[in-house]
Amino acid sequence: MLIYFLNSILFVLGLYCLIAKKHLVKKIIGMTIMDYAINLFIILLGYKKDGIPPILLPDMDINTFLQQSVDPIPQALVLTSIVIGLSTLALMVAISLRLYEKYKTFDMSEIRRLHG
Amino acid sequence: MESWLPIFVVAPLGMAFFNLIITKFVRHVSPYLTLSVVIFLLGLSLFFLGHEPFFYAVGGWQPPLGITLVWDSLSQLLILIVSIITLAVTLFAIPYMQQYTAQNKFYSLYLLMIAGMNGVILTGDFFNLFVFMEIASIASYALVAFGVEAEELEASFKYLILGGVSSTIILLGIALLYAATGTLNMADISATIQQGVSKNVLFFTFALFLMGFGLKSALVPFHAWLPDAHPSAPAPISAMLSGLIIKALGIYSVARIFFIIFGIVPIIKTILMVLGALSMVIGVFLAVGQWDFKRLLAYHSISQMGYVMVGIGLATPLGILGGLFHLLNHAVFKSLLFLCSGAFEYTTGTRQLKQLGGLIRKMPWTGSSCSIAALSISGVPPFNGFWSKFIIIVALFQSQNYLLAIITVFVSFMTLISFVKVQKYSLFGVLPKKLQDIKEVPVLMVSGMVILALLCIGLGVLFPVYGVSILESARNLMLEPARYLQYAMP
Repeated sequence: MLIYFLNSILFVLGLYCLIAKKHLVKKIIGMTIMDYAINLFIILLGYKKDGIPPILLPDMDINTFLQQSVDPIPQALVLTSIVIGLSTLALMVAISLRLYEKYKTFDMSEIRRLHG
Repeated sequence: MESWLPIFVVAPLGMAFFNLIITKFVRHVSPYLTLSVVIFLLGLSLFFLGHEPFFYAVGGWQPPLGITLVWDSLSQLLILIVSIITLAVTLFAIPYMQQYTAQNKFYSLYLLMIAGMNGVILTGDFFNLFVFMEIASIASYALVAFGVEAEELEASFKYLILGGVSSTIILLGIALLYAATGTLNMADISATIQQGVSKNVLFFTFALFLMGFGLKSALVPFHAWLPDAHPSAPAPISAMLSGLIIKALGIYSVARIFFIIFGIVPIIKTILMVLGALSMVIGVFLAVGQWDFKRLLAYHSISQMGYVMVGIGLATPLGILGGLFHLLNHAVFKSLLFLCSGAFEYTTGTRQLKQLGGLIRKMPWTGSSCSIAALSISGVPPFNGFWSKFIIIVALFQSQNYLLAIITVFVSFMTLISFVKVQKYSLFGVLPKKLQDIKEVPVLMVSGMVILALLCIGLGVLFPVYGVSILESARNLMLEPARYLQYAMP
């Protein structure tokens, strides 16, 4: 249970960083931390203490295998989710660099030409 | 023939990739490659129209283990809307995008957006929904920043942060749902929920999904990104974002998940109606004072999405019918209005209403299309917007929500005022001196707008007589979600 609690603290930290910080790069870091917290949560869903890899070998008994092996689906999901997170991160970094070229600052409170 | 279903995703996805390779050798062909894919998809959707519901197991892995694509009456309606609007928008984009560089990248991102939307609409698997949603979203973040001017980058970053948060929250909801039910297949989850899962987990998931999809569909407490992002994109992309993305990723997902997968819960109905009413009122009040044409249209998108939410949230047969009809109509006239704003910007170089005037004499085709769309959105009979608003108001009176019905009529009146202002300042009035020698836009741009304008009239005049069966079958599915289990699982 403790580990889920720590995980949710990681998520909230990321959210706090995203909302409270004004620096663009810090916002990006907050976003990434949030993303990682979710990925960790999904991995934890499939985790078993002293679990074995989810590969059924010919000499294994199917029932003990089911009890011992970890859930493979969350691992597959997390791989996809990491790739998506990476592409979002790359786009965010690219846009923040372009923003710096235009505004000469990384401070979000000074980047406000749009309003109304 | 069932095996043709994945083409809806594969064709645009594949062309997005090959487009970049082909244009290395043959330049300037990407618009025509895109146009051919879009026409092909429209043909395919007409070919599938009215087909019995079925599922396609991707890679031959049967559900609940494999990923499925499901064709049913709700996805049929949305696919049809997406195919028609993308055809008109692509026709418009071909001359319009000549102003920009790196056109082949534009068309690749555009195709990725179409692939993502079609995937979201067809998928029968929760994680797959998330993946396609991200494909469509990331393509749209990049397209909003396509002009790489200061304002566009700023809008795109805002959109990216809020869109990223919503995707993360939706992913958390999907993870919790997987933990509670042990499956990702939508039909299987629906069956498991009926057998009983922990209420607490379920309601937490509801809250997460409401927040995530509320952000994607820009309902009022979550609307901050839309008035920046939609006007900043190039005009065809504004039309796609306002006409399709907020519907496919927002409203459609809400309808699919809350109505068909989870079954309708009274509290969700109330929340959807309250959020819808808030969006309606606040959106229209923010819109009335705007002088930037595209920004005004973006605020009206928030307001009109409120109508759809109120209609769907009512969850009576007539209410859902009105909501779905308004979704279709809004896709048509809001895309048309954004295309018209693009045409004005193309010829005059500005989108400030105060610097325009008398354009209908110089640009008769664009002007009359714009006029038709403005009359449709403000609910003047016999155009399409009138019928859907009328159905929603009647449904509200029938279910004795008198206050909400009066608010709806009032918002409709405010919309009319706002669009009278648009027409007075852009189409009629005095033509400014420096705009004396403007000309009508190229033929392809006109043809894109005329298609949509004819649809506005056609949906208003003929649809109540002939086309109701498509909407009614979608509505029946939303009212009797148990049917979904019959065809989405073996």
